[in-house]
Amino acid sequence: MPPIIDPKKCNGCEGREESFCEEACPGDLMYVGADGKSHCHASRDCWDCMSCVKMCPRNAIETRVPYQLGYHKATLKPLMGKNSITWKCTDINGQTVTYKYRNRLDIKD
Amino acid sequence: MPRMAQNPPSLDAVETVRVDCDILIIGGGNAGCFSAVEAAKIDPSLKVVIMEKAQIMRSGACSAGMDAINTYIPEGKTPEDLVRWCRSQVGGGPIREDLALSNAKELNESVDDLERWGLPILRDENGKIRYRGAWDISIHGEQLKPIMAEKAIEAGAEVYNRVACTQLLMDNGRCAGALGFGVRDGKFYVFRAKATINATGGAAGLYKSYTADATDSHHQIWMCPYCVGTGYAVGIRQGAEMTSMEQRWVATRTKDFCGPVDTISVGYKAPIINAKGERIMQKRYAHLGADKAPRYIRANAPMEEWLAGRGPTYCDTRGMKPELAEQMMTDYLNERPSFVLFLASRGQDPVKEPIEIYGSDPYIVGGHTQSGFWVDLDRMTTVPGLFAAGETAGGNPNKFVGGCAAEGKLALRGAADYIKNLVLPEPDAAQVAAEKARVFEPLLRGEDFDGLKALEMEERLQRLMDEYAGGTSQFYRTNEERLDYALKHLTMLREQTKYLKAADLHDLMSVHEVIDRIDVAEVLCHHLKFRKETRWQGWQTRSDYPEVDPAYDCHVESRRNLETGEIETFTRPYEQLVPGDRYKP
Repeated sequence: MPPIIDPKKCNGCEGREESFCEEACPGDLMYVGADGKSHCHASRDCWDCMSCVKMCPRNAIETRVPYQLGYHKATLKPLMGKNSITWKCTDINGQTVTYKYRNRLDIKD
Repeated sequence: MPRMAQNPPSLDAVETVRVDCDILIIGGGNAGCFSAVEAAKIDPSLKVVIMEKAQIMRSGACSAGMDAINTYIPEGKTPEDLVRWCRSQVGGGPIREDLALSNAKELNESVDDLERWGLPILRDENGKIRYRGAWDISIHGEQLKPIMAEKAIEAGAEVYNRVACTQLLMDNGRCAGALGFGVRDGKFYVFRAKATINATGGAAGLYKSYTADATDSHHQIWMCPYCVGTGYAVGIRQGAEMTSMEQRWVATRTKDFCGPVDTISVGYKAPIINAKGERIMQKRYAHLGADKAPRYIRANAPMEEWLAGRGPTYCDTRGMKPELAEQMMTDYLNERPSFVLFLASRGQDPVKEPIEIYGSDPYIVGGHTQSGFWVDLDRMTTVPGLFAAGETAGGNPNKFVGGCAAEGKLALRGAADYIKNLVLPEPDAAQVAAEKARVFEPLLRGEDFDGLKALEMEERLQRLMDEYAGGTSQFYRTNEERLDYALKHLTMLREQTKYLKAADLHDLMSVHEVIDRIDVAEVLCHHLKFRKETRWQGWQTRSDYPEVDPAYDCHVESRRNLETGEIETFTRPYEQLVPGDRYKP
């Protein structure tokens, strides 16, 4: 049931014309509702690309694998750095692995 | 960009926006972004506009990122060598060697561009690019799409985000731009251009994904589900010649998630095994190259095992060294991050347990296989003024990221040459008005209209194609009678599109996407029907003609007859330009 938005953390990117998750979604699935929070038009249409999760400045979005395909409850959380990304993955048995790598080269003009 | 606009009360209330430019690019993906950058390079005075259905920074097939560039020519090898490999990967062709060669000559430079723009390409301790196969190199491409998009914007392209293309703007048989609507602002857009580059991506979602049944995830597919084939559909509707639509891309993917498998089987040399632990490729496909067998053979092999009762099938990752396993997981995080989550949700460590694999649903893509527009060397389609690049351009398989980028540049050069001394024609008012009415009609039918949702028709289409036109459930097999059935029902579906209704602008986009999918599916079925042989098992399997027939060693072509509306099929000969054994790399 991807993606899940935590309404306690989400503020709909208040002040922006468009929230970061709306901007990031290649499928136009995210929108900010009358409650000022982000929602997903059709979670069944999500591609699980995690672009919205990576863009959320408040870590309010989580991608979940639908239960029919994967068990409860593993998590995968990205943390965006300037030129790197860190992923923290916890499996259903509570085992956690962290991955960190560079995703941008420093460019000198 | 405003939040989603309210539904218009009437057609008259819909604002029309008119945009004029020299070159219009439909689709701001890989090929489209490279076209925009090339335009600024060759003539900064060109006004270039990108029409993008989502938001260019994270749109389309590259939105999640990439873990590899699958074609980069190493030292000591030539573009001709790449064409030979490319040809062997599609069982000796037939392919368009002229197109393949011109892309091959251009593609290293495009990949070098990406590195200059900030894409990390993995190198060894001596600074040499690290290859993970004969032609593919590893990248940390999580930022691939933003990097390309930033450069297109820096190049001065004017980007119209959230505008979905619905039709080409025509002027006396020539393409003079495109029409569409804003999926957020609800406006109608008329883009007038001297030349148009169609770079929308391929077509996913024509077939049912096997995970669509009784799950909350209908888009657990490999190709971007938001690339629905609109680029093909708008050309088909104007009578453009299409090539090789029957050569579908079917790939071995991880089961239940549809993640890439070549990453593991080729990149990490984990052999494909069946339920009995037999190494399938060595045991049954040694004569075709075993693990190096052509892509369609490798794609079809695990499904043949299931069909013969020897499934499940796996990529045997057991015993992989931990640092290698970590590298493999990093690759996935760069391209399909949720696969790492999927493994975690199964509590699975691939070093201890092999990764299960299965066949994907079929896709129509000109960047992987060779379905798409028939184009000339300048990448112009048979519709004057309409160019195609990347997944929409046919005849030239195995382009992948580098080749699609290269083709974006080539199409732009072709378009820039074409527009010399051209003036913009005045848009035909009747055509524009008719399209505006067609586009918004599903939104204006009123709450009481007893109609259909896009989702209902999409699911009907996908099930029809799956069962009758060679989907996963049928192990990709089809025959004459099934294709006739599919075509009969596709005609019925098209007639029923008059009942489609949309609740809001997002829904309106879905309505037009399903209409586009039906147009592409119809052409696909005609191509499958024409090729009365089995040339590429899995990609194109005719159970009534199970062998290769030398009579079909040619390109299968089609075009819609604009007077009768019928799809007409014909052939073009294969021309071998690069010497050597067609069947060997």
